[in-house]
Amino acid sequence: MIGAMVALTVIKLLAASGLPVFVIILVALAAAAAVCMAVGYTIERIAYRPLRRAPKLAPLITAIGVSIILQNLAMLIWGRNYHAFPPILPTSQHEIFGATITSLQVAIVLIAALMMTGLIILIHRTRLGRAMRATSENPPIAQLMGVNINQIISFTFIIGSALAAVAGLMVSANYSIAHYYMGFMLGLKAFTAAVLGGIGNIAGAVLGGILLGLIESLGAGYIGDLTGGFLGSHYQDIFAFFVLICVLIFRPSGLVGEKVSERA
Amino acid sequence: MNAVLLEARAIAKHFGGVKALTDVSLTIRQGEIYGLIGPNGAGKTTFFNVLTGLYHPDGGDLLFAGEKLEASAPHKVAKRGIARTFQNIRLFGNMTAMENVMVGRHARTHAGVLGAVMHDRRTTAEEAAIRRRAEELLHYVNIADRADDLARHLSYGDQRRLEIARALATDPKLLALDEPAAGMNGTETAGLRELIEGIRRDGITVLLIEHDVKLVMGLCDRVAVLDYGQKICEDVPAVVQKDPKVIEAYLGGSVA
Amino acid sequence: MMARQSLFERLRHDKRAAIAATVLMGLALAVFPFVIGSSLGNSWLRIIDFAMLYIMLALGLNIVVGFAGLLDMGYIAFYAVGAYLYALLASPHFGLHLPVWLIIPAGAALAGLFGALLGAPTLRLRGDYLAIVTLGFGEIVRIFMNNLNAPINITNGPQGISGIDPIHLGGITLAKPLTFLGYAIPSLHAYYYLFLALALLIVFVTIRLENSRIGRAWVAIREDEIAAKACGINTRNIKLLAFTMGASFGGVAGGLFAGFQGFVSPESFNLMESVMVLCMVVLGGMGNIPGVILGGILLTILPEVFRHGAGPLQIAVFGKILLDPEALRMLLFGLALVVVMLYRPAGLWPSTTRRREFRGESATDVLKEGE
Repeated sequence: MIGAMVALTVIKLLAASGLPVFVIILVALAAAAAVCMAVGYTIERIAYRPLRRAPKLAPLITAIGVSIILQNLAMLIWGRNYHAFPPILPTSQHEIFGATITSLQVAIVLIAALMMTGLIILIHRTRLGRAMRATSENPPIAQLMGVNINQIISFTFIIGSALAAVAGLMVSANYSIAHYYMGFMLGLKAFTAAVLGGIGNIAGAVLGGILLGLIESLGAGYIGDLTGGFLGSHYQDIFAFFVLICVLIFRPSGLVGEKVSERA
Repeated sequence: MNAVLLEARAIAKHFGGVKALTDVSLTIRQGEIYGLIGPNGAGKTTFFNVLTGLYHPDGGDLLFAGEKLEASAPHKVAKRGIARTFQNIRLFGNMTAMENVMVGRHARTHAGVLGAVMHDRRTTAEEAAIRRRAEELLHYVNIADRADDLARHLSYGDQRRLEIARALATDPKLLALDEPAAGMNGTETAGLRELIEGIRRDGITVLLIEHDVKLVMGLCDRVAVLDYGQKICEDVPAVVQKDPKVIEAYLGGSVA
Repeated sequence: MMARQSLFERLRHDKRAAIAATVLMGLALAVFPFVIGSSLGNSWLRIIDFAMLYIMLALGLNIVVGFAGLLDMGYIAFYAVGAYLYALLASPHFGLHLPVWLIIPAGAALAGLFGALLGAPTLRLRGDYLAIVTLGFGEIVRIFMNNLNAPINITNGPQGISGIDPIHLGGITLAKPLTFLGYAIPSLHAYYYLFLALALLIVFVTIRLENSRIGRAWVAIREDEIAAKACGINTRNIKLLAFTMGASFGGVAGGLFAGFQGFVSPESFNLMESVMVLCMVVLGGMGNIPGVILGGILLTILPEVFRHGAGPLQIAVFGKILLDPEALRMLLFGLALVVVMLYRPAGLWPSTTRRREFRGESATDVLKEGE
């Protein structure tokens, strides 16, 4: 949400400057990512780090508190209204297999794929990624092995925020709209997708995200036919949650999540 | 010779391709202290988990007190009369020592929501009995003075004792102890030994997994040795100690 | 803190002091609505009435989250079930006007059934997974209420159901001032007494449960599920019981809400409400009944204080309204959540065990980190 709003502001500022569209987008993206990284880092420092050893629900409450704060700050800054995304992007339409997609959507898919590949490489191929996985597995042991877990956790917040910023920009570009409240449902869906796939697994998150999106759109489209008109398309959220619940009943740790066996 | 209390017949358990237990059969008689030893990773704890219903065996069955033990749910096993402790102590850390033992009475008591809310005479009497029994057991394992302390704040040795008290609270016929002496110093081990002997004197059969060979050999009536998931020997300690296969398993392996 | 603790200790041992304290407390609670009504006005009395409802909700959720340690993010669904049941059975919508003493228990039972329905498929889940599924469940209930106006109109969709009968017992209705021994008791006051009585009943039930075989089993599951099983606890049934009991409290509160408000709509039961009740439980002091009550009161009143204070305060300081008071109110509220959790991570009023736990934990961590 912040990402989208910052990017939007930058784009609006630069739109009149006559710079090429490509540059404007890049600058906006950089600004959005930078702001989100800073915000993410600050939140982690202020609201999470002091609670690392607190009872496990304490961080959840601060997370809720922080999201309320951010949302309302954004509302104070950008107001309650919807902001239209400036139509600076070329929107040529292509037809593939009978479906119409815009060049923008192609770009979104490409960027998403690129980011995911980058993330996988980061997590699995670099020293930093190894430290991250160690920290998530067992923080005290990771610390004994010389990993600076504070630094690592800060860093994950920064990366996560940057990804969210890019995603926010893409969402608002796709729907040509941005709003102070847009982040809430997205955050929820993101969490759902991560759980669906299995927490702590990038491939799982990707799979969960794709599945959730497909289920929602297809569900919304076909649910009426499936139930003989009893349930309409406004049940699309139910469909997604229903699938999620079913998946978790049979695979309690997500589709590709590792089986957490009960050890005695 | 006493009656057979537990009979394991050809128990098998594998995790993926790893065979944790292969055709393990053993017989534990009423009133004895039965030791289960073996090198690290020999499958001792796996056997415990199968016995207490945490794992489903892939083969074989268990007879307990003459009846088949449906290895289904741990709470049913507890109710049938098998209580256990855990290798890496599992207490209810934020409950007091007293409360921990009171939880152990769960399977032997009946109060439901209505009774709990109304405090009818039966529930009140039951609750008083639970408390009395828990106090007795804390005395029995010698930690009565720590009754109101949180379990997590007890010393290591006291935590082991508390876990045994909690297991005893379920009125077991068979008490299964998973490495109770691990990490104990000499004095604590001697105390533990006395405690286990006392438990046997009170008529409870004890199954003991232990690394401390000296403790096992001194305490147990009979001993079985597991190696790579198979039973390689079962006899009285004096014989087991001299068995070449056992010596091989302990000295020949990399984990002596 | 120490002084209060020793006061409690004294009350526990000195029977006469305990009786005196109870009588004083009772008098204070009885006079309270008149004090508030005449000093702060009826709008605040309404808020107090709502605080009672939230206390009931928080106590119900506390059984699930605080005692049994199961993170339920869709708790408000049970409140909705109770409220809608009341609305359907006592309003012109279906033309039914069943008596309250029938609907409220029915609401508790139906909500309890929903609790079991939610609990059954989620027994194997924990932590984040449980949170997201319960959250989904809450949303599903809300979406159904939003959309069950076609093909058959059951819930009247987003418009909600209005004209719900006020709570009435026999010939007495709480909607109009009651006359009692020649005194007139205004409607809001009467609701206050009713809600207070039911809240006290729920407190009583919760305390009794906490100190029973069942309460101990809940906490045992929270602490270590495998060890609980090994102690002979049927964790499946005991967890289901936690969901059912917690949900039924929510159902009672929901029914009262519908009768009090006279109107229900799906909007009253969104995710934010679930989160709010969860915050009450955690912020107050999970698993500790007085703490949870405190959390319920504070989180009902605090946003209202901010709402009433944010506008006038700005005018007083800056001479005009600079910032949107609604946003400012939520901003302050979010800030309050964060600050409280930072300074009291175990909640404002944690149970003695939890407080000790937290101290013990930080002490060992100091040792661990000792460099």
